[in-house]
Amino acid sequence: MATRGAIVVDKERCKGCGVCVVNCPTNTIALSHEVNGKGYNYLYMANPENCTGCTNCATVCPDAVITVYRVKI
Amino acid sequence: MEIQDIIRPENKVYGKTALLKDNILHYCPGCSHGVVHKVIAEVIEEMGIQDKTIGISPVGCSVFAYNYLDIDWQQAAHGRAPALATATKRLMPDKYVFTYQGDGDLASIGTAEVMHACNRGENIVIIFINNAIYGMTGGQMAPTTLLGQVTATTPYGRKAELNGYPLKITELIAQLEGTCYVTRQSVQNPAAVRKTKKAIRKAFENSMMKKGTSFVEVVSTCNSGWKVTPVQANKWMEENMFPFYPLGDMKDR
Repeated sequence: MATRGAIVVDKERCKGCGVCVVNCPTNTIALSHEVNGKGYNYLYMANPENCTGCTNCATVCPDAVITVYRVKI
Repeated sequence: MEIQDIIRPENKVYGKTALLKDNILHYCPGCSHGVVHKVIAEVIEEMGIQDKTIGISPVGCSVFAYNYLDIDWQQAAHGRAPALATATKRLMPDKYVFTYQGDGDLASIGTAEVMHACNRGENIVIIFINNAIYGMTGGQMAPTTLLGQVTATTPYGRKAELNGYPLKITELIAQLEGTCYVTRQSVQNPAAVRKTKKAIRKAFENSMMKKGTSFVEVVSTCNSGWKVTPVQANKWMEENMFPFYPLGDMKDR
């Protein structure tokens, strides 16, 4: 069964380490060119249509900044 | 389907647990400590033991662990967390008591405490973060530093004739009669994080069954100390740490 997903990133807590980006199997996420209040390039959904809501990014996130939502379609 | 239709409370599948406080972690970007903190918080929440858990924080980067997990904490002198955990568990046997220690704390100055606590078979959980370096003080050589690894105090790489050999303390502890569960895990990808979570949950459950000490080593990264990016650090760990510190259960009874 196919799923669609989306993530919400707590931009101010994200430190832009990029560990989630290499663990995303669908190439959904990337680090932004803009920076947050601490000067980190925070995470955002570069290709939101690819997201399946697999929770891989949130599982490896050291700072727990990612919330994952998923629906069945 | 629009993004706004997906992002609704009823569709939420994963998020920060309430057990993690809102303080921003002081760890460097990509530090394994954050993942292990999160995993411990999730295990405690799933087991519903928030008001029955006492953590003992060490000296090192994770000395401020008490700022991040919403449970009871004590802070031990350098390396003495297992001694404090022994006292806590013996005085309050109905509490889940765990120590959280790095390799500089557990494998160097605290070797005696951890060895004897494990040998006595105290019913505690010991979580050991092994990143093969002293992270907080600026990346000096630790007992667990690999041969040839460059650190602030071994600028030409660790040499056996000068610095001795890396200490496989988890293998030593697995020999002791007092331990019931000794395992080595990691947190560099989702599969590894889930295995670590399972191991930590098992360790917490063991501590109430009076089976002896449970010891969970987590092979970790210190990208600041190793002078690489977080992603490169995970790769370096897989290529260099895992051959010397192989993952898996060493003892389970």
